[in-house]
Amino acid sequence: MAATDVDIFSNEEKRNLNLGGHVGFDSLPDQLVSKSVTQGFCFNILCVGETGIGKSTLMNTLFNTMFENEEASHYQNGVYLRPRTYDLQESNVHLKLTIVDTVGFGDQINKEESYKPIVDYIDTQFENYLQEELKIKRSLFNYHDTRIHICLYFIAPTGHSLKSLDLVTMKKLDSKVNIIPIIAKADTISKSELHKFKIKIMSELVSNGVQIYQFPTDDEAVTEINSSMNAHLPFAVVGSVEEVKVGNKTVRARQYPWGVVQVENESHCDFVKLREMLIRVNMEDLREQTHARHYELYRRCKLEEMGFKDTDPDSQPFSLQETYEAKRKEFLGDLQRKEEEMRQMFVNKVKETEAELKEKERELHEKFEQLKRMHQEEKRKVEEKRRDLEEEMNAFNKRKVAAETLSLSQPLKKDKDRK
Amino acid sequence: MLRSHAEDSEDKQYVGFATLPNQVHRKSVKKGFDFTLMVAGESGLGKSTLVNSLFLTDLYKDRKLLNAEERINQTVEITKHTVDIEEKGVKLKLTIVDTPGFGDAVNNNECWKPITDYFDQQFEQYFRDESGLNRKNILDNRVHCCLYFIPPFGHGLRPVDVEFMKALHEKVNIIPLISKADCLTPNEVKKLKDRVRDEIERFGIKVYQFPECDSDEEEEFKQMDKELKECTPFAVIGSNTVVEARGQRVRGRLYPWGIVEVENQSHCDFVKLRNMLIRSHMHDLKDVTCDVHYENYRAHCIQEMTSKLAQENRTDSPLPILPLPTPDVETERLIKMKDEELKRMQEMLEKMQQQMHEKDK
Repeated sequence: MAATDVDIFSNEEKRNLNLGGHVGFDSLPDQLVSKSVTQGFCFNILCVGETGIGKSTLMNTLFNTMFENEEASHYQNGVYLRPRTYDLQESNVHLKLTIVDTVGFGDQINKEESYKPIVDYIDTQFENYLQEELKIKRSLFNYHDTRIHICLYFIAPTGHSLKSLDLVTMKKLDSKVNIIPIIAKADTISKSELHKFKIKIMSELVSNGVQIYQFPTDDEAVTEINSSMNAHLPFAVVGSVEEVKVGNKTVRARQYPWGVVQVENESHCDFVKLREMLIRVNMEDLREQTHARHYELYRRCKLEEMGFKDTDPDSQPFSLQETYEAKRKEFLGDLQRKEEEMRQMFVNKVKETEAELKEKERELHEKFEQLKRMHQEEKRKVEEKRRDLEEEMNAFNKRKVAAETLSLSQPLKKDKDRK
Repeated sequence: MLRSHAEDSEDKQYVGFATLPNQVHRKSVKKGFDFTLMVAGESGLGKSTLVNSLFLTDLYKDRKLLNAEERINQTVEITKHTVDIEEKGVKLKLTIVDTPGFGDAVNNNECWKPITDYFDQQFEQYFRDESGLNRKNILDNRVHCCLYFIPPFGHGLRPVDVEFMKALHEKVNIIPLISKADCLTPNEVKKLKDRVRDEIERFGIKVYQFPECDSDEEEEFKQMDKELKECTPFAVIGSNTVVEARGQRVRGRLYPWGIVEVENQSHCDFVKLRNMLIRSHMHDLKDVTCDVHYENYRAHCIQEMTSKLAQENRTDSPLPILPLPTPDVETERLIKMKDEELKRMQEMLEKMQQQMHEKDK
C-alpha cells in the first residue's frame, strides 16, 4: 500500500523518551544501505527523441562508456521501442541499467500514432509488475523491475518553441512517467537565444498543463541544489565521446573550426547539471516517485477498471475475495454467451451455403435438361432428314430399276422387230 | 593613296555588332530585373535568418510565430514578400515566397499539396497571359528557385523531405541546403553531405544542376566550378547580428567557445551559396525555369486539352465509329472471356452429341 504519509502511531498517544545511553539503532540506515548494496540497484531510462538527435551519444557520455549502437534509419514505418540492459559497476555498487530507445520517432509523415507504442510499453512494464504483485507465490525481492524510472525527452534546438509532436507526446506521458525535458545538440544555440528558448518551452509546458519532474525540495540536505536546478530546466546538453586536448588536459569535447565545445564545462552547456541531478543526487527519488506515484496510479486505474472498489455503497470495506468471485462468474457467463453466439452464426452460415448449393444444383439440372431437349430436337431433325434421304434414295433406286428394266426390254423389242 | 585605301578596308571590315553586349547591358539595367525565390522547410531551421543574411536586409521584422499547441493541426500557407533593392544602378525586384506551416503539424500527409498547387497556379496564369491578346504587361510570378532546408540533426533525408522534393522537382529548380550547420563538425558535415547526395540519387530526385563549363574557359574558373559542384548540398549558417571578430565587424554568431563567421569559407558554405545564387547563376535559374519547367507544364497542358477534346468528339456521335483506334483494354478482355466461354460450350455440345451417337449405335 502507498502509505508513505501515514503515521503508524497517529491514533495512539505519543510519548517522547530520552535515552540513557547509546542504544545503537542509529546504525539502521547503514544496515539498509549495506543490504541494498548487496542486492544491487536497478535503473531504467527511456530516451524519447527524433532519429539522430543524440540520444545514444548522450547515454554514452553520461555513463562514460560505449553502449553498442547502430545508427537508425529514417525510414521506419512506425515507432518501436528497443530496450537494452547492461550491468555496470562503480566502487562496490552494482547497477543494472536498462536503456530504452524510441526508434523511428518523428520520422513518419503522419505522426498521430507515434506516442502509442511508448505509452503501451510503459503500461506493459507496470502490468508485469502488477501481475507479479498479484501472484500467489511471488518473489518481489528478486524481481527484475523494468518499470521506467525516468523519461528523457529530447527537444530539437530550433530556437523557437516546442514542436507540435513534442507537446502531444509529453501530454500523454506526463501522468505515467517522470519526464525531464532536455534540449539536445545545444551547441547550435547562442546564450541569448538559449535563455529565450528555455523560457518559451517552460511557459508552453505550463500553459498546456504538462507535468514534468520537479527535483524534490523537501529534504534539507539537497533542497538548495535541487531548487536552483529546477530553475535551469530544460537542460541544454551536448554529448561527445571524442576527446580533445585543451590547454594541458584532455577532455570530452566537440572540435569546430571556430572553437572547442567542452562537454563538462558549465559555461558551455548543462551536461554537468544533468548528470548531477539525474545520477548523483536524485536517482533514488526517481525510483521512489515511479513506484509511489505513477505505478500506484496505474494500479488503481487498472483495478477500478476490473470492478474492484475499496469500499462499497455502505462504506464497508469490500473483500477482495468476494469481488473476485463476482467478476469470475460474470466472466464465465460472458464466455458462454459468446460461445452460443458463435455456434448460432456457424449454423446460420452452414444453412446459407447449403441453400446456395441447392440453388446451383437446380440450375445445373435445368441446363442439362435444356441441352438434352436441344439434342433431341437435333436428333429428330437429323432423323427426318435421313428418312427423306432414304426415300429419295428408294425413289431413285426404283427409277433406276425401272429405267434398267425398260432399257432391257427395249432391245428385245427391237430384236423382235428386226426379226 | 594606298594608306587611305588600307584604312578604308579596315573600316569596312569592322561592322560594329561587337557592341551588342553593351547594348544588352544598357537596356537590361534600364528595364531592371526580377527574381522569385522560395524557401521551404520545417520551422526553426533558420530560413528567415538565411534570407536576411543573403540579401543583407531584414524582411521579417514583425513576424509572429505560432505556439506548439497552435501548430498541431496547422495547414500550410503561402506568403509573399516583395522588395525592391538597388545596387550600382541595377534594380532588382526580389520576391521571397514563404511556406509557413510546412512539416509542423502532427499529421503532415500531403502537406506539400498547397505548394504544388501554388506552382501550378502561377504556371497556369502565365500560360493564359502568354496566350492572351494583349501581352504588354505580363506579370511573371513564376518561382525561379526553391531553397529546401534539410535539418542537420538527423542522419540524412527524412521521408517528408523526399516526398516534398519529388513532388516539386519537375516544377522548380530545387537547391537543397543543410541548415544550421554550426552543429556539425567538419567530419560530420562531410558524412552528411555524402549521405544526402547518395539518397538524392537513390530516390531519383532531380535537383538543380549547375550548367557545365565551356571547355574554353580558364582553368581557374573550371576548378572553381568543380569545387562548387562537389560541395553540394551547401551547409549554411545565417545570422541577423553583427559581431566583432579578428578586429572586424562581421555577420556571425557569438558562442562561449568561439565566434562563427557567416562569410568565413572554412566555417560554412554561405559564401558559395551566395555567389552561386546571386552572382553567377541567377540568370541561369530563370532560364531553366522558363525553358524547362514552364515548357514542360505548357506541353503537358496542351496535350491534356487536345486529348480531352478528342474524347469528347468520340462520345458525341450516336453510331459507333469502327474500327476503334485504340480499343479499351477492359472491353477487349470481356470479349476474350466471352469467346472462350463460347468455345467451351461448343466443345461440351460436341462431346454430348458424340456420347448420344455412341449410345444410339
